[in-house]
Amino acid sequence: MLEIRWHSRAGQGAVTGAKGLASVVAETGKEVQAFAFYGSAKRGASMTAYNRVDDKPILNHEKYMKPDYVFILDPALAFTDDFTANSKESTKYIITTHLSKAELIAQIPEIQGMEDRVFVLDCFGIALDTIGRAIPNTPMLGAFIKVSGMFEVAEFQESMKSVLGKLSQKIIDANMVAIERAYNEVN
Amino acid sequence: MNSKVMDIKKIEVWDGNMAASQAFRQADVDVVAAYPITPSTPVVENYATFEANGYIDGEFVMVESEHAAMSACVGAAAAGGRVATATSSQGFALMVEVLYQAAGMRLPIVLAQVNRALAAPLNVNGDHSDMYLGRDSGWINVSTFSPQEVYDLTLCAFKIGEHLDVRLPVNINQDGFMSSHTAQNVRTLDDKTACDFIGPYQAVNAMLDFSKPVTHGVQTEEDWHFEHKAKQHDAMMRSRKVIDEVFAEFKALTGREYKAVESYGMEDAEVAIVAFGTTYETAKIVVDNLKKEGIKAGIISPRIFRPFPLEDIAAQLQHVKAIACMDRSAPGGSVGALYNEIAGALFNSPARPVLSNIIYGLGGRDMTVSTLTEIYKDLVKEAASGKLNGTIQRFVGVRGPELTYYNA
Repeated sequence: MLEIRWHSRAGQGAVTGAKGLASVVAETGKEVQAFAFYGSAKRGASMTAYNRVDDKPILNHEKYMKPDYVFILDPALAFTDDFTANSKESTKYIITTHLSKAELIAQIPEIQGMEDRVFVLDCFGIALDTIGRAIPNTPMLGAFIKVSGMFEVAEFQESMKSVLGKLSQKIIDANMVAIERAYNEVN
Repeated sequence: MNSKVMDIKKIEVWDGNMAASQAFRQADVDVVAAYPITPSTPVVENYATFEANGYIDGEFVMVESEHAAMSACVGAAAAGGRVATATSSQGFALMVEVLYQAAGMRLPIVLAQVNRALAAPLNVNGDHSDMYLGRDSGWINVSTFSPQEVYDLTLCAFKIGEHLDVRLPVNINQDGFMSSHTAQNVRTLDDKTACDFIGPYQAVNAMLDFSKPVTHGVQTEEDWHFEHKAKQHDAMMRSRKVIDEVFAEFKALTGREYKAVESYGMEDAEVAIVAFGTTYETAKIVVDNLKKEGIKAGIISPRIFRPFPLEDIAAQLQHVKAIACMDRSAPGGSVGALYNEIAGALFNSPARPVLSNIIYGLGGRDMTVSTLTEIYKDLVKEAASGKLNGTIQRFVGVRGPELTYYNA
């Protein structure tokens, strides 16, 4: 079982990202689950979304999770969310930030000494350059496939095209570039 | 079948709401009348999208309230059409008056009910308060544990309710958010296979059949009311045979098996939990873990809440030493409904297990693997001592001082 927790602000595409990732992973024959904590969600409010991936049907419906990966889609949430909650010794963090990895870690005590498990990239910058909107979800997926080694980038892009399905060709192409840039830039 | 076929994959990643919407679409429903409410809103939204994109030959009617939604469904069903709707919580509460009318008029409407807490306090998350509210309304009530089951059992619902020996409305329950907003792999049927499985709608006493005028919803008073209600109950009790047949037919088609009572690990279980909804599947993980420790644990769930499979449940619990009946609904001054059902089922049987009642998960409070494990560990102690650890009823997962009620 592989488990992922997304930290995001409502409106940044974490639910769409989690469902998109689930759809792509399901194409490979795996069993998947994607869900989120809602409540009285307002655009801009801090929220979390979740993925589970396994080889056998997923029966677990508890919301509690000890994630293998934590994604932080909004730079400020790295400073305000308790994003290391319920973590494991092996939990990996992918954080969107304009800072360098060293600069970011220097400011967040919780992840000091975890240099090998913290990965950074500027999902916002990539999304603005490519898609033209500050929607960090597809760049985060590009970073995830690099860090996890779960897919080849071309293979992932192909599956992602079918998930993006009904969007215009221009937007789909922009998302493909965003995934590739994130794949190459995460460090 | 709808004239425009939708191309869907053999395995889709759908949440429970989409699963219900797709089953409605494939069932070629004549009239869907609905008033959306969280967390069942996407059932209606998805269906409206299908309609706007030309995938629905039937009518889609937006109404001004849930009372109006169920009233429109009653009208359309009495007119002679296949009818469905969706709701949750407060919306379901507003429908209640008309639910009894639908059942009493023997109209096989299908309701996708996404279970949610009832206010106050206002809460959009999942518990079984609304399912329990509809318990005695005369609808066949089915509990589902995952989006796959929502899809499968919604297809079955049309076939069961519309069967000429049944003619009763069917309520397909799923847990708000835990199923409705959780996307998982769903094995699908293509449109033709799904539609053929359900079969064509057979109208009975259709009001739009002008060659045979009929009256629906008449007044009967003391002279005939009792006979009608007795026949209605009898139809509900006999529906069990049809439910079993439809489940068997569905298994032959898909390989997926459904039973009136679902159970896991019960063959040799000495301790057992009884629960509805997604908790059943989470508990399966715990049962597997405990078996490895040598603890003979099991989980059992009435797949159909109404007609209640009393004999089947009693039979499966005969060798169990301690049972926790878990109700995800505020009991309002008594033991939970499931506790009463199980106690009632066992009373005329030889088994005398230690029986406790747990109230849990209200307003969407998480039921975790860890808490379920603790509940089973308590049951092991009760099985060993042959008596309750404390009181009959306790609240699990609630903050504040321990809440326990009723001494054995």
